[in-house]
Amino acid sequence: MSGESTYQPNNGFTKWMDTRLPLLRLAHDSFVDYPTPKNLNYWWTFGGILTFCLVTQIITGIILAMHYTPHVDHAFNSVEHIMRNVNHGWLIRYIHANGASMFFLAVYIHIFRGMYYGSYKAPREVLWILGVIIYLLMMAAAFMGYVLPWGQMSLWGATVITNLFGAIPLVGDSIATWLWGGFSVDNPTLNRFFSLHYLIPFLIFGVVILHIWALHVPGNNNPVGISVKSEQDTVPFHPYYTVKDGFALVVFMILFSYFVFFAPNVLGHADNYIPANPLVTPAHIVPEWYLLPFYAILRAVPDKLGGVIAMVGAIFILFVLPWLDTSKIRSARYRPLFKQFFLIFVVNCLVLGYLGAMPAEGVYITLARICTIYYFAHFLIILPLLGLVEKPREIPESISASILSETAVSPAE
Amino acid sequence: MNRISALIFSALLTAGLSLSGAEAAGDAKHPEAVDWSFNGLFGTYDRDSLRRGYKVYTEVCAACHSMEQLRFRNLSQPGGPEFSELEVKAIAAGFTVEDGPDDYGDMFERPALPKDAFVNPFPNVQAARAANGGAYPPDLSLITKARSGGPDYIHALLTGYEDPPSGIKMRDGLYYNPYMAGGKIAMAAPLLEDLIEYTDGTAASVEQMSYDVVTFLNWAAEPELEERKQTGFMVLIYLTVFAGLLFFSMRRIWADKH
Repeated sequence: MSGESTYQPNNGFTKWMDTRLPLLRLAHDSFVDYPTPKNLNYWWTFGGILTFCLVTQIITGIILAMHYTPHVDHAFNSVEHIMRNVNHGWLIRYIHANGASMFFLAVYIHIFRGMYYGSYKAPREVLWILGVIIYLLMMAAAFMGYVLPWGQMSLWGATVITNLFGAIPLVGDSIATWLWGGFSVDNPTLNRFFSLHYLIPFLIFGVVILHIWALHVPGNNNPVGISVKSEQDTVPFHPYYTVKDGFALVVFMILFSYFVFFAPNVLGHADNYIPANPLVTPAHIVPEWYLLPFYAILRAVPDKLGGVIAMVGAIFILFVLPWLDTSKIRSARYRPLFKQFFLIFVVNCLVLGYLGAMPAEGVYITLARICTIYYFAHFLIILPLLGLVEKPREIPESISASILSETAVSPAE
Repeated sequence: MNRISALIFSALLTAGLSLSGAEAAGDAKHPEAVDWSFNGLFGTYDRDSLRRGYKVYTEVCAACHSMEQLRFRNLSQPGGPEFSELEVKAIAAGFTVEDGPDDYGDMFERPALPKDAFVNPFPNVQAARAANGGAYPPDLSLITKARSGGPDYIHALLTGYEDPPSGIKMRDGLYYNPYMAGGKIAMAAPLLEDLIEYTDGTAASVEQMSYDVVTFLNWAAEPELEERKQTGFMVLIYLTVFAGLLFFSMRRIWADKH
């Protein structure tokens, strides 16, 4: 955090607290007077939106857990009990189920924003790494949460994913047995997934605190990607960004509400309303939409262990992104070539997602292989080379200067 | 940047939206969209259709299919067929359920009460299979949510029976239906012209019976639908007004910074 704390306790109690546990000072310095670049656009509002998503998931989840039974004989019916007999149970469950999708939608925008504006570059590498850890935890939580209703996709999705551990040489089978608590996905698996599904959000909460801490040390990146140079470049977080984040959040909630109230099952799979049956395998086993790109990568590799390595690698490569990108310029605004490749990368991810939903056969497999290779090439070849060959555009002197020149050119912004 | 941003956002959104529908079964005929009364932002169930649908369900479907998630009391709750409580008591009393043990440790039978679950036509899965040529008639409580295509699919299936195309051999006890994945279904065409008699004088065409029973089945799967859509509409209005207020507050707060 830059500069001295400006917090002034103004009554007896807050003065007394401030000399013992300066919580209010921390809150004031972090969310009220925190100096924030004044040029942040709407892509920067997703941090706040994600905090909202996490809190929503935790609150609705705690209520759902009061009515849910993690037992193979009762889980499916207890979810229907929530939907039919618990007061507003349908609302709480639909918020929780669609909330997961909204959470991932927001996190993907947040991650792509970080990539576009180079928010992972020095001095924000730790901030980025903490973000990737949160993303990993989110995937674990979402995967286990999807198992809990104990529908057909719950059981078979869990079977496919846990079987991946069996691909590990020598100890794979033992690990799978250990994870299952038996010889297949069954009651012990459901029990422990419920336990872990309840635990992980609180781990995420902890890492989010670290993430915000790591954000507040160097301060926000911004659309031009140059560091704050003077007070001219910043505004206090409150009221400028509380109102902007608030506005964006409410717009996001409109989209969220549309799904909850008018299309609550559009993002799910019909088969999950069929009770889990170990004797009947669904025709196509597909994960939730937000995991599809990785599912496509998994199936693109003809070898099981290779597929697992590629899928895990596709996520873990994000950890070293700050060191793969050799360009010193943060924002894509001043990197004409990177801008094009970024766009191709995003489209490539979307195509991978589409392919993940398609059966693993024929042309889909070929396309998935091309996209998988491109995915890794983006990180391992394109990004390192771009920094060396690209000729960046001229960078403005400061954030204020960039805003002034922008308003001179296009008054619309 | 703004155009690129908008592009990426809409692409992400449509990807999310369309993917879940994208894996629909390979060879089956695509069901036609039906103009259900419960479609859309303001959709509600047609009360008369629900009651007719209940009649079709009890007289046709319930012979083989269970309805485990419903209780008789649901039939009188708001947003459903809304039979009166007396009517529901009478409906329930037409069924017998096992209760107990009593003070002597014996199980006994009694007429069903509104609190009881719908009575299964078979005591267990094995009995259901044995009576249906090895095929298990699925529980209908969630059928419109549990099939891709939802109510449109169920309607298409019920009305879509055809003679098998030449070259396709049907084993005994299997029937041809192009909407079924694989084309073969163990349920014979359940609806025939004037199979039942509607008490309100509606002509019992196959199309009509199917529309009514699918409306009823959709209610069984989504009894909260009317409340959900009505609440949702209020929520959308509230959020839109709130967003407007925030937008103008934001303009005002930022006025001196631009």
